[in-house]
Amino acid sequence: MNLDELLSRESFTELGARARARVLLDEGSMRELIGPFDRLSSPWLAQQGVVTQADDGVVVARGRIDGQSAVVLAIEGAYQGGSMGEVGGAKIAGALELAAEDNRRGIPTRAVILFETGGVRLQEANLGLAAIAEIHAAIVDLRRYQPVIGISAGPVGCFGGMSIAAALCSYLIVTREARLGLNGPQVIEQEAGIEEYDSRDRPFIWSMTGGEQRWHSCLVDAYLDDSVAAISDQVRAFLLQGVPAQHRSDRYEAFLASLARVDTTQQARPDVVRAIYQEGLQA
Amino acid sequence: MEHMKFSFPAGRPAPGRAIAGVVGSGDLEVLIEPGAEGQTQVSVSTSVQGMGRVWEAVLARVLGAAPLPAVTLEINDFGATPGVVRMRIEQAFDELGQSGRTQP
Repeated sequence: MNLDELLSRESFTELGARARARVLLDEGSMRELIGPFDRLSSPWLAQQGVVTQADDGVVVARGRIDGQSAVVLAIEGAYQGGSMGEVGGAKIAGALELAAEDNRRGIPTRAVILFETGGVRLQEANLGLAAIAEIHAAIVDLRRYQPVIGISAGPVGCFGGMSIAAALCSYLIVTREARLGLNGPQVIEQEAGIEEYDSRDRPFIWSMTGGEQRWHSCLVDAYLDDSVAAISDQVRAFLLQGVPAQHRSDRYEAFLASLARVDTTQQARPDVVRAIYQEGLQA
Repeated sequence: MEHMKFSFPAGRPAPGRAIAGVVGSGDLEVLIEPGAEGQTQVSVSTSVQGMGRVWEAVLARVLGAAPLPAVTLEINDFGATPGVVRMRIEQAFDELGQSGRTQP
């Protein structure tokens, strides 16, 4: 990206969840379901003395993309780290289930999920985990009919059970700002020790879990600049491609074979990780 | 968490609803809906304790200065400073004023 492009581009990561959903849908087609004025906020956070957000941090936006029925599920990363609680999780799972139902009735509805989430909301524990499991099941159901596109643009990234949801998507888009991983950096540091993984060392963290690294490790399908136009165009291109012949998660044998080649006696390095995945998956 | 309620004189009921902001660190969420003729009702939930008088002063300055439409105004605050509070409320009223933008 040169200076002129940098100055003229419209940033995607600077937008809130609602605005992100709006720019991905055809202009004027967005209609929000279970919006903030329905006031379906978390009943559990309030009991724990935490201020709630009226939409529980999840925007369900119905509309059209290239004239065809679509639903965008946008997680607001600035609210409680985009964590998945009972309500927000149910909104995503329910919308995906309705999209699958639409397809069975002959209305080809596609879904885009914007992952800005640290994973389960710890204050809601098992209810959040159950909701994430429902999201996984709903993605696997819907992706049989139409592509489910995941986007992690940053700055929160995508962790925990929701990283599994991202991995189940038909196509996954990231920017350099994004991070993708099962455990967040602080959890790994706590478990493995600071010598192994220093969560405050930002260049190191991004070198292991950042968007660029995940792109070179064959774990995502597009690595883009932080630009509304670039991301929006890529979503439309993937939708035109349709359901992939083989989903990434169906290639688990190739992934397991790659993991079997990891030498755990050596400290993991970004270039070694890339090489292992590339050897196993770029076949 | 602390809850407060305030009321201020206002004009005609607002023409629609609007939302601004996020319950994120140093920020707040403002939801406005049409209120009863002549009166604006404000309810505040905030993560910061003991700032009732500051809230009253900030809201009086924003809502008491110019004649504004009557609204029901809900604030969910996560430690916003008075300047941010003022900007978010004004942003919500601004969204209200834009034609066709009465839905969030």
